[in-house]
Amino acid sequence: MTKSAATPLDARSFDLAAFGLAAVLALHAPHLPWWLGATLAAILGLRWWQRRRQRARAPAWLKLPLLAALLLSIVSWYGNLFGQAPGAALAVGLLVLKLLETETARDARVGMSFACFTLMAALLFDQSLTATTTVALGLLPPLAALRSLEPGRRTPPALWRELLPGLGLLAAALPLALLAFLLLPRLNSPLWGAPNAGEQRTGLSDRMTPAGFTQLLVDDSPALRVGFDGPPPPPGLRYFRAFVMAHYDGSSWTYRDVASQPPVPLEAAQTVRYRISLEPTRQRVLPTLDVPLAAPPGASLRRDREVIADKPVDSLRDYTLESAIRYRLEPQLGRHRARWLQLPAGFDPRTLALGRSWKARYGSDDAAIVQAALALFHDGGFRYTLAPAPLGRDAMDDFLFDTREGFCEHYSSAFTVLMRAAGIPARVVTGYQGGYWNALGGYLLVRNSDAHAWSEVWLAGRGWVRVDPTAAVRPQRISMGAAAAAPGQLPWYQSGWLQSMRNRWDIVNRWWNLGVNGFDALRQRGLLKPFGIREADPSTLALLLAVACVLAMAAGLAWVWRRREPEDPARTALRQLERKLARQGVARRAGEGPRDYLQRAARMLPAQHDRLTELMHRYLELRYAHPEPTSESLRAFQRAVRDFPVVRMVK
Amino acid sequence: MRANLRRLAQRAGVWAERRLPALTRLRQPEPLPIELGRRRIYIVPTAFGLGFGVLLLVMLVGALNYANNAALLLTCMLGAATAASMLLAFRTLDGLSLRGIRAGHAVAGDPLELVLDFAAQRARESVRLDCAGESLAFALQGTTELRLRLATTRRGWLVLPRLKLWSTWPLGLFRAWSWLHPQQSVLVWPRPEAAGPPPALPGDARERLRPQAGEELAALRDYRRGDAPRHIAWKASARHHDLLVKDFDRPEPRETWRLEWDALRALDREARIARLARWLGEAEAQGRRYSLQLPNERIDIGSGPAHYARCMSALAVLP
Repeated sequence: MTKSAATPLDARSFDLAAFGLAAVLALHAPHLPWWLGATLAAILGLRWWQRRRQRARAPAWLKLPLLAALLLSIVSWYGNLFGQAPGAALAVGLLVLKLLETETARDARVGMSFACFTLMAALLFDQSLTATTTVALGLLPPLAALRSLEPGRRTPPALWRELLPGLGLLAAALPLALLAFLLLPRLNSPLWGAPNAGEQRTGLSDRMTPAGFTQLLVDDSPALRVGFDGPPPPPGLRYFRAFVMAHYDGSSWTYRDVASQPPVPLEAAQTVRYRISLEPTRQRVLPTLDVPLAAPPGASLRRDREVIADKPVDSLRDYTLESAIRYRLEPQLGRHRARWLQLPAGFDPRTLALGRSWKARYGSDDAAIVQAALALFHDGGFRYTLAPAPLGRDAMDDFLFDTREGFCEHYSSAFTVLMRAAGIPARVVTGYQGGYWNALGGYLLVRNSDAHAWSEVWLAGRGWVRVDPTAAVRPQRISMGAAAAAPGQLPWYQSGWLQSMRNRWDIVNRWWNLGVNGFDALRQRGLLKPFGIREADPSTLALLLAVACVLAMAAGLAWVWRRREPEDPARTALRQLERKLARQGVARRAGEGPRDYLQRAARMLPAQHDRLTELMHRYLELRYAHPEPTSESLRAFQRAVRDFPVVRMVK
Repeated sequence: MRANLRRLAQRAGVWAERRLPALTRLRQPEPLPIELGRRRIYIVPTAFGLGFGVLLLVMLVGALNYANNAALLLTCMLGAATAASMLLAFRTLDGLSLRGIRAGHAVAGDPLELVLDFAAQRARESVRLDCAGESLAFALQGTTELRLRLATTRRGWLVLPRLKLWSTWPLGLFRAWSWLHPQQSVLVWPRPEAAGPPPALPGDARERLRPQAGEELAALRDYRRGDAPRHIAWKASARHHDLLVKDFDRPEPRETWRLEWDALRALDREARIARLARWLGEAEAQGRRYSLQLPNERIDIGSGPAHYARCMSALAVLP
């Protein structure tokens, strides 16, 4: 072992090891800083060139400075060494540096095992079906490199052919892997801290500034998938509330999370039950369809019926809810009225003046004031665009009277300010609107680009009423989604037939999320319900896992122990005769020829002496008299063997 | 530390050999052919395999801790592939058979060449053979012949050392091995003494012995059809009207050596054998005919490699 471990690597093994590292680097590239990825790729390439073309070792003095540079650059970029992203960057960096000192089989083995580990780390960043499949394929080069380290194998001429046996191995491993995946008891609570939530994904934030959504509106990764009990609500009612924002400071709206107040009363007229699976957001808010009746487990309902989870959503989260889509929310405003009329002092004088003028004109007819504002947006020359002109200090004045272009954030913000100026309680609500109805999967796909902001106004007798000023400017935004609202402004992959294909393909991701990513401790406990076990506790699961492993190994052994003998009828018949003779106490010895054996049998079984002698002659003739035995003589021999009687010896 | 460990491992091996002959397969030599089957193939993880197992455990705990099902699935895949690689290691040896061993000839002290004839129906990769400190790695499709050099020390029957067939195919995580102890011995010839007197011959034979003429030129004669061109004496022919050919002194048939054990009473047993071996070698090299008389055997006059081998073997098996 020690001898073979110290043998220098041959060219093929080194190629495969370098290829494996390149695959790891490529899979990690999306979340590495570009300069680090490029530098590591350059080091990898140079080292490969140096060993393959120059047949040289990497100089020893180079390794330590490189290691120090790696550590320093990671610390200076991320701020520390620990945590998900810096840890992954460090692992990839160390792996590439390991190639510098990879000279022997032992080095390559260490490097390739570590490569497997680093590949797994890539799944911390993306757990979609595509990512998982790619990472699994990324295992092939390390496996091939490990195979190539074994001496005395036939080396295929083409490098890619080395990868195929690994694929076969993984395919053969799949059944056992799936069993283990299903039965491995999950942890109810993590052993140590969950990955740090330091880095922010683009997603809904508890703060809304005009033009703050732009990044979100071009991010078309899925945000949530919703399945309904019964038919889905019509497109005009697909509003998913996340934050209700009360406070405006002249430039941004903010949500303040107050846990102490009970939720406001809700009179529901029509409710819908549905189940949301939310992609990780690293935030605590759980979007809900319109106004939820109650919070799901592990989350609580805030004052304005926002649902806030106890812990940030770091992995796919499933929750089932019942929501009212026709309702009266907070019929009596009570003493909180002032809160919904708050406006910063010294901002937007023209907007405030406009609001007050409406108040003067329409008096207490709040609905008429709302209509006046919507009419202004509809007929006032406003344009819907994802790239609006920047706004100054009096942002709403600039928007309403100068630029007159923007998207949902601008419209909802301006509308709410106008309403408050006119003395109508109003607020901004952010969340998602619309989505793609996947008829095959029976679910609604909501992407981050479906993020939306709208307003709610409080009208006497009706409670909070949703008003979507964006719809006044561009009704397509509500009925057909963001792509239809801003043609030509979205990236190429978000428009036209490609987008519709991506929407259809999403069903695979949905299945993947339901089946794999969403398979948690809770679902695992219900796994054995069809078999009559209501609650599968960890010890039952562990026992089942052990049984499954034993069964899988037994199946594997059955496959391994199966021998394929060439079909030789004469030999088969002789075997049959041997078995018959063995039952009478004359077993064939190892290394004993048929002639010696049958002669010995004839001597030991005098009663069958003649028969055995004849059988021996027939067999020898079959074997050696002709190059190809005739079929008659073969049949005669088989018949004679079949008729050979087994006489029990009486002792 | 390492030496201690090795000593401990050795002691465990000796213990296992004594107590568990079925496990180590060291006891009974078996007749050929030997086919490897499941009852005699053993598998343990290698050091690298153990390390890899620890790595898998770390990955498993990490995936469970972060409730990352994709990573968990990947870890399960890798673990199951590891288990499958164990079966493949077994399958590399299973059904492999050692069909025959051919031994060459060697005198004591020289390495003896063994040809091992292996066969298998399926193709095998990276099978290793360890034998008496020598190690080979080979791939196999159908049949293959392996050449081993076996060190020898003394004349006589040499029991073949046990062979270890092993493999860490395909990933180096598991080592499957099996011991082979073929019931076969090879004969090692005695080593001839380095120098010594020629055999004492009967008186009349001595007189017929002449100095060896070798390649000395004897005479020139006329060319005859069939003479080799290089024997033509060109210089002399130039002064003649015919071609002249150099006639060489044809060595007279050599004396027959009758080698006798009893004629060497003055020497001890091994010295006698060494001297006889030298004489046999010289006689064979000079193309003589010779016979050998031993206490228990008499080999009649003859010559040629087969005769030489017979005589040497007879010397080798002398008690």
